[in-house]
Amino acid sequence: MNNAKNKTPMATLDPKMRCTHFEEVALGYTEEEARAEAARCLHCAHKPCVSGCPVGVDIPSFIEQIAQGEVDKAYLTITQTNALPAVCGRVCPQEKQCESRCVRAIKGESVAIGRLERFAADRALSERSSAPTPPPSNGHRVAVIGAGPAGLTCAGTLAASGFDVTVFESLHVPGGVLMYGIPAFRLPKPIVSAEIQRLTDLGVKLVTNAVAGNAFTLDSLFTEGFEAVFIGTGAGLPAFASIPGESLCGVLSANEFLTRVNLMHAAEESYDTPLPNTADTVVVGGGNVAMDAARCARRLGANVTLLYRRTRAEMPARAEEIEHALEEGIRLRELAAPLEVLGENGTVRGIRCTEMELTEPDESGRRRPIPKENSEFVLKADCVIMALGTSPNPLLTSRTPGLVLNARGCIQTDENGATSLPHIYAGGDAVTGAATVIQAMGAGRQAAHAIEKELLK
Amino acid sequence: MYTLTKRIQLNENTVLISVKAPLVAARCLPGQFVVLMVHEKGERIPLTVADYDREQGTVSMIFQSVGGSTRLLAQKKCGEDLFAVVGPLGKPSDLQGIQKAAVIGGGLGCAIAYPVARALHEQGCETELIAGFRSREQVILLEEMAAVSKHLTLMTDDGSMGEKGFVTDALRRLLEQGERFDAVYAVGPLPMMKFVCRLTESYGIPTVVSMNSIMIDGTGMCGCCRLTVGGKIRFACVDGPEFDGHAVDFDEAIARNTAYRAQEREADCRLLRKAEEHE
Repeated sequence: MNNAKNKTPMATLDPKMRCTHFEEVALGYTEEEARAEAARCLHCAHKPCVSGCPVGVDIPSFIEQIAQGEVDKAYLTITQTNALPAVCGRVCPQEKQCESRCVRAIKGESVAIGRLERFAADRALSERSSAPTPPPSNGHRVAVIGAGPAGLTCAGTLAASGFDVTVFESLHVPGGVLMYGIPAFRLPKPIVSAEIQRLTDLGVKLVTNAVAGNAFTLDSLFTEGFEAVFIGTGAGLPAFASIPGESLCGVLSANEFLTRVNLMHAAEESYDTPLPNTADTVVVGGGNVAMDAARCARRLGANVTLLYRRTRAEMPARAEEIEHALEEGIRLRELAAPLEVLGENGTVRGIRCTEMELTEPDESGRRRPIPKENSEFVLKADCVIMALGTSPNPLLTSRTPGLVLNARGCIQTDENGATSLPHIYAGGDAVTGAATVIQAMGAGRQAAHAIEKELLK
Repeated sequence: MYTLTKRIQLNENTVLISVKAPLVAARCLPGQFVVLMVHEKGERIPLTVADYDREQGTVSMIFQSVGGSTRLLAQKKCGEDLFAVVGPLGKPSDLQGIQKAAVIGGGLGCAIAYPVARALHEQGCETELIAGFRSREQVILLEEMAAVSKHLTLMTDDGSMGEKGFVTDALRRLLEQGERFDAVYAVGPLPMMKFVCRLTESYGIPTVVSMNSIMIDGTGMCGCCRLTVGGKIRFACVDGPEFDGHAVDFDEAIARNTAYRAQEREADCRLLRKAEEHE
């Protein structure tokens, strides 16, 4: 037993060095560090951590296996319920989930469950020791729309039970937000590819460049012999601030900026997609996407200012992401909101802002910001990135008559992911609106179980 | 996958290609577009579909090899593969109930105007076609357009073929002669569409334009193709590419299409080097 009050530290790259390239910031545990950290687990009989995990990973068991040096077994334990452990170990907000329930956290820090998950997954992926083989087929065909976290998890869960699963993806690579959204310094792309490779090893078929609603409809899938469909099309439609000047050249949605940098590799010489000017970049927003955009711009050499209308305490981004961003030299301008993007000859030159102050809490429980009188100021900018959230993409839903949506355009489902249409399930951001990778994975897994129950009854 | 089955040089820098893309060909309708990538590290290029063959599973696009990426595309030979072709994207043209129309194409816009005119022709619509080019060297699709219209007027800026003048001159003449249309379809450079719309607005004739914005994904994700229509933000890729021309803010669209000009020049140099290495 290791009685240390705090987590075993994990090495990170030096902030001064790392903000010049896209190498992964957090370096992961060595075996020695992992075993030391695993020895901090108290193995509580009631397993509070497991109830905090959207996919129900048997956390105490895999931690015990790591403590015993049986990393292969730990990986198998995790993958029984988690299709993408190397991804989750990196991008899950563990501090709000499993780790928030850890008994260790009452006096000190929780066990570093996320770091241990990452350790087990990275080891297995690097050795490819446990490449899965497809189980015997049960003869049932399921279509999954969208190769993001929800769709991949649903596909992996079904394939592991012997279903014949085909995933349709509109982009030229699978992965969804894991490829176009989350930058390489948080989630290296070979890790995503390796996790997806594991799913294809299991027998999952991938069809890229296939836009649901346009190239095919849900009806056409049933005609082709699929018996159930899972919709995991995410929440990809970016919001804008509706302020004057937002259509100037140099104003981008965070989605556009991140897609250019991550998916299209615009900053790399051998790729053809152009990169916007980013010498003086202002990022508007306080979520994880805003942090990702700001840190990418920083790595491209930009002077970056984050504009957020509340204070750091109310920012929806993970504490660790905010900390990393500030370490890298990104300036945070709290209590400030944009009023107008200023331009010259159609191109951004600056942004006019106002200071804000906080009043009583609103329906979200956070204190409502209002503009402070006579507090306007102008920031110089040649790039303004709007990271104001996203909503579900209506491409497929608008072409699927009878599919019931809520007022925000999200697909309505029951607790198992069943939609208003027979044999059609949905999950992830398409149902919840923009949320986390692991919540989407939880929904994908839930729906997979419901599909299995329906088709095998 | 995505094998080139046909390549025709229409003029000095305009090329028609047909590509094997069964998913696109199966459902494609006039007005829709594809996004293609020439190679794995290439740009995603949006191109409107000029024609499709459902049986062969092929789609045809007409493009000008003016930038780095389109020059790389123009170098592809029959039998070679493209890295990606995705579509059909965007909404199809809404041609329902149109019995008399004017279809106006400017330059490369004729490649997009032609399938609209053909679809109108097939539904029995009486179509005036006005095609404009800089000069005779740029003229494309003349016979094809003539075959699907009641009357074709060819305009060139320098008078080297057809009549000298702009497409708006020809349209104004028709309108002044008392011709009226259920709808006008205008596809071409942004300034051309802007002036066609200004003209038809004074006659109260509904006018549809096809917007060729800069795009990445083409599915509503990046917001790069946004434009202001009727005071609201619209995405050309999913809300368009066709819009009510009288509601489009053309001046803003013209400014936005220059967004990556400096970078494109630089990228073009890089790409042109690449293209030259291939040649």
